[in-house]
Amino acid sequence: MTYALAFENLTLGYDRHPAVRQLDGQVAEGSLTAVVGPNGAGKSTLLKGVTGLLPPIAGRVRFGTCTHNDIAYLPQQSDIDRSFPITVVDLVAVGLWSQIGGFSGLSTADRTLVDGAIAAVGLTGFESRFIDSLSGGQFQRALFARLLLQDARLVLLDEPFTAIDPKTMADLLGVVRRWHGEGRTVIAVLHDTEAVRAHFPETLILARDLVAHGPTAQVLTAANQFRARQMCEACDGPPHDCGRQAS
Amino acid sequence: MIWEALVQPFAEFAFMRRALMGCVAISVGGTPVGVFLLLRRMSLTGDAMAHAILPGAAIGFLIAGLSLGAMTVGGLIAGMAVALLSGFVARVTALREDASLAAFYLISLALGVLIVSMRGSNVDLMHVLFGTVLALDNATLTLLCSITSVTLVALAFIFRPLVLECADPQFLRSVSRFSTVTHFTFLALVVMNLVGGFHALGTLMAVGIMILPAAAARFWAAGIGGLIAAAVAIAILSSVSGLLVSYHFGLPSGPTIILLAGLVYGMSLAFGPVGSLTAPVFRVRVDA
Repeated sequence: MTYALAFENLTLGYDRHPAVRQLDGQVAEGSLTAVVGPNGAGKSTLLKGVTGLLPPIAGRVRFGTCTHNDIAYLPQQSDIDRSFPITVVDLVAVGLWSQIGGFSGLSTADRTLVDGAIAAVGLTGFESRFIDSLSGGQFQRALFARLLLQDARLVLLDEPFTAIDPKTMADLLGVVRRWHGEGRTVIAVLHDTEAVRAHFPETLILARDLVAHGPTAQVLTAANQFRARQMCEACDGPPHDCGRQAS
Repeated sequence: MIWEALVQPFAEFAFMRRALMGCVAISVGGTPVGVFLLLRRMSLTGDAMAHAILPGAAIGFLIAGLSLGAMTVGGLIAGMAVALLSGFVARVTALREDASLAAFYLISLALGVLIVSMRGSNVDLMHVLFGTVLALDNATLTLLCSITSVTLVALAFIFRPLVLECADPQFLRSVSRFSTVTHFTFLALVVMNLVGGFHALGTLMAVGIMILPAAAARFWAAGIGGLIAAAVAIAILSSVSGLLVSYHFGLPSGPTIILLAGLVYGMSLAFGPVGSLTAPVFRVRVDA
């Protein structure tokens, strides 16, 4: 199996408190994987570890067919300053960063790409709106347009459908399927197990330690989810959200 | 009449022309930096760093008297040191960055006043705290204009990364290594402009010409380009009118300039077209 990336005894955490412990496993090239688990299980931490924003405490992320530069990463919405005066088209266009960098302008071809990405997420007509005037769903569409422009081999999504209306979620799931069809590797942290069952062939269940990883139908069982909740409740360190709303 | 009120003071007195040039230089360079301070929610950080410059400038004063070079270098070193130290303390201890900044600038301010008082007179202290915009010499003017030029060129270079660093720092960090460079370049620009403002308006007022026009501009423009243009225009307007008012009524210039900027801020808050107190009222009337 050619793998896009592999976890080798990967331990990640903050202030020496591990949030992900001794994770081993491989993510196949072109696979579409959901990461599920209780709150506080280390799902977001795992994605941060893959991007390199969070250096591992031990072990490592080994890149196979992908390199570190092939990653497009969508963090949780709360990490972005929604009040900043930037327009939709400017926010989306920086998805072309790897081509335009910090200084050069957009060529006509680039503008066509930007317009195409905005159209693909159904935001045509919103180009010159400021991001603080968008609804949560529209804003998430804009971020997906930016991801489209990044044209990355490996796409990491952290709870992309939380607090999003059903229509937007359906449209954006369409974008995810399109990526999958194009052979890109997609890893998404999700809460909605129905959506995972319906759209994600692979699932990784995390509760700080690995619970299970494999085809969704075999892995996403009631028994495994129960075990994940138990492991997270039993885990050391501050209990914070462990075990609450594990849906 | 209008000539006498608005132009004659500048036409007649060289010190007024110098003050005008100095203030315009600070307005053009410092205010865009102020806009970014505001957008990064660092307005109070700017204030704290302005105070932090004082002991450095004071040590320069202690060593060399009222020497432009010594006080500038001292101020730059102290400003950067406090910016870096407070960031460092926030990272390695439980104290949040705003609290550690407050601690550093209170210490700095007390230390600075003490050092100046040790050697200088009360006049020197007033000079350091409130500036001498009416007594700018050639060297100081050159320094102010140089700072403005460097600031504008640097801002042009880091503009896109800086906007992203403010709006979506995670994204910038995930696509490029500019993030850290951008952050520290920006901090350096803040300190440089504060030191420039310090020579003209003093440590206590320097940050005023950076933040007040930026805050006022928020009620006039929605986009970042418009914000910067409006802020610079407001800063220049406040500077010119402040100099004239202080000339005609015999008031101290620095505080008059800042107060007029404050007046513009108040008017903008009340009547500006974007998000001010009365903006919704007008919008309803237009729609109805």
